[in-house]
Amino acid sequence: MSTMTLLEAANKAMQHEMANDERVVVFGEDVGLKGGVFGTTQGLQNEFGDDRCFDTPLSECGILGTAVGMALYGLRPIAEIQFLDFIYPGFDQIVSEAAKMRYRSGGEYTCPMVIRSPYGGGIRGGHYHSQSSEAYFCHTPGLKVVIPSTPADTKGLLIASIRDEDPVMFLEPKRIYRTAKGEVPDGEHVVPLGKGRVVREGSDCTIVAYGAMVPLVEKAALEAEKQGKSMEIIDPRSLVPLDEELILESVKKTGRCVIVHEAPRTCGYGGEIAAIIAEKAIEYLEGPIARVTGFDTPFPYALENLYMPDVRRVMSGIAKTFNW
Amino acid sequence: MTSKALSIIENDGRAAKGKDPNLSDEELRRIYEIMVMTRVMDDKGLVLQRRGGIGFYLQSTGQEASHIGSAYAMLDSDWFFPAYRQPGILLLRGVPLDDIVNEWFGNDGDTSKGRQMPVHYSFRSVNFVSISSPIGTQLSQAAGAAMGAQMRGDDTVFMTYCGDGGTSSNDFHAGLNFAGVYKAPVVFVVENNQWAISVPFQKQTAAETIAAKAQAYGMPGIRVDGNDVLAVYRASKEAVDRARKGEGPTLIETVTYRMGSHSSSDDADRYRDKKEWEAWGKRDPILRFQKYLQQKGLWDAEFETEVQTRSKQEINDAVKRAELRSLPAPESMFDDVFMNQTPQIKEQREDFLALEGEADEAQGEFPL
Ligand SMILES: Cc1ncc(C[n+]2csc(CCOP(=O)(O)OP(=O)(O)O)c2C)c(N)n1
Ligand SMILES: [Mg+2]
Repeated sequence: MSTMTLLEAANKAMQHEMANDERVVVFGEDVGLKGGVFGTTQGLQNEFGDDRCFDTPLSECGILGTAVGMALYGLRPIAEIQFLDFIYPGFDQIVSEAAKMRYRSGGEYTCPMVIRSPYGGGIRGGHYHSQSSEAYFCHTPGLKVVIPSTPADTKGLLIASIRDEDPVMFLEPKRIYRTAKGEVPDGEHVVPLGKGRVVREGSDCTIVAYGAMVPLVEKAALEAEKQGKSMEIIDPRSLVPLDEELILESVKKTGRCVIVHEAPRTCGYGGEIAAIIAEKAIEYLEGPIARVTGFDTPFPYALENLYMPDVRRVMSGIAKTFNW
Repeated sequence: MTSKALSIIENDGRAAKGKDPNLSDEELRRIYEIMVMTRVMDDKGLVLQRRGGIGFYLQSTGQEASHIGSAYAMLDSDWFFPAYRQPGILLLRGVPLDDIVNEWFGNDGDTSKGRQMPVHYSFRSVNFVSISSPIGTQLSQAAGAAMGAQMRGDDTVFMTYCGDGGTSSNDFHAGLNFAGVYKAPVVFVVENNQWAISVPFQKQTAAETIAAKAQAYGMPGIRVDGNDVLAVYRASKEAVDRARKGEGPTLIETVTYRMGSHSSSDDADRYRDKKEWEAWGKRDPILRFQKYLQQKGLWDAEFETEVQTRSKQEINDAVKRAELRSLPAPESMFDDVFMNQTPQIKEQREDFLALEGEADEAQGEFPL
């Protein structure tokens, strides 16, 4: 075990897999000598050479199209998109190509590749360095979507993503890149995709949260505890595939559920979880399901702290499941 | 097409024979003052960021000739589709310093209401279209606006900017291709400052020059010394005049250098050779223009002191005023998503305000 940040854990996962499998290559804007704008790829070019970790021209379309091509040819590309907000010039290569390759070729061709990208607010980044657009990708059949919230999960999930036979969007909550610190197993450490994590056990209400919202709802759970309410926290860790069973089991036990995400509410991932609970566990509910989310506005710069869910908003969501 | 860049101001400060654009003394001094003011403003912006006063800053240092020289060729009625490294255009167009500085703070005096990061300006009053972070998007938009002017029979000209990195974007291709096909009145200015964050020009394209790319789009490609304000102006004026006469678009590559780090979030010393930086420092566009003015008798130490002092005073005063302002009203976050708020946005706004009210009562407690 070693103690490290979420950012370092992502680095360690890539390093581990590059050493382990020579098909693994890492590329994107500024990932080489600079080691990424956040430092996630630091040292990889030095250790593995500039044919396995290299800078590209400024084109997300180029980065993702070539990643698809490499994957088709048998490599295991890890394409870094500097900020999730800048992925759209390459959207076509993700949703029309990588995600559909296996299906449209009847399983002949596949795209085992990882698209890593920092996402989410809280760094004073305004519209284009803050958005949480996971839902676009979850809505595309053929893409896996993974979001870690701890250093250990980051390493384990990223290794699992690199080894996965299908394209994976690996979204890194940049706000907690350096604040999330924890023990991470050395060497081999794999966390399978599709298995959620019980962050905290409790009996009165379930909170489902992922990414940077996990440490936030942990704080809210402590507040609720002071007021005699016991919160259970579930981190699904991967949104596609989703560990429905873990969420349903928890909700059946607690009878209440609050879903928290930073992304705007309309068609956000919280709606999907709420629907699953309504379809499969409505008879267990003792109060309405509550969503605590970003607002249906673009991500504002100056008022970002008011835009993003905070402890107060989570508490208010919890209250709604009790008082109605 | 040669890879040699057009240059006018020679080492001794004289204009190369037959190439002087012959601007009036008044115009020359005004261009100089705006270049100095831009530099002073950029210095202040970075200092403010370092002190924690603003969240981010991005300088244009070293590129004053490149963007001010090109913009000077435009009429007031012409439009800019800028990238994020052309702040001097705002000064040229007379945007009040207070409006610029309030944008850095995202405060209640910011005309774009604190919605964007510092230096992402929008000033409709001077035909300066809202700046986006995603690289390149303005290029096809400028082509489209130019097509619009063509359709309406207006003689407006459009100038749009990007960096060397921006030439790799999808929109660079789309914008130049459309502008070429429709002969749209647009001038594409690529400020080739040799770097796209840490990626050097040689890794951005295998083409020898960016100007060379124009040929494939059926338009002239001009390469100019981007640290020579007269050369940039002259090339731009010709391009703007051609566009206005209906002769179509032009691609101008200004060969220059990003003297600072990419932004306040970057440290160029980690990937850039100090010697390269020093060599470009000797070609400073402001000093170069100063020499030209001096030999024409338009510059002396006294004038310099006056311009420097005035610029610093004005920017410092604007910052002091901005610091006294507040953030935009919290509920303003819900405005301008659409012309009319949707029922969902209305509801979210009401819930938000109710909770803000409760929070004031609860005084830091979180009652369930
Ligand atoms: C589509 C997109 N991808 C990535 C980024 C991140 N980014 C911001 S500036 C920049 C480099 C731009 O270089 P260049 O176009 O040469 O302009 P310069 O900054 O040198 O003026 C990058 C990669 C972005 N803003 N947009
Ligand atoms: Mg550049």
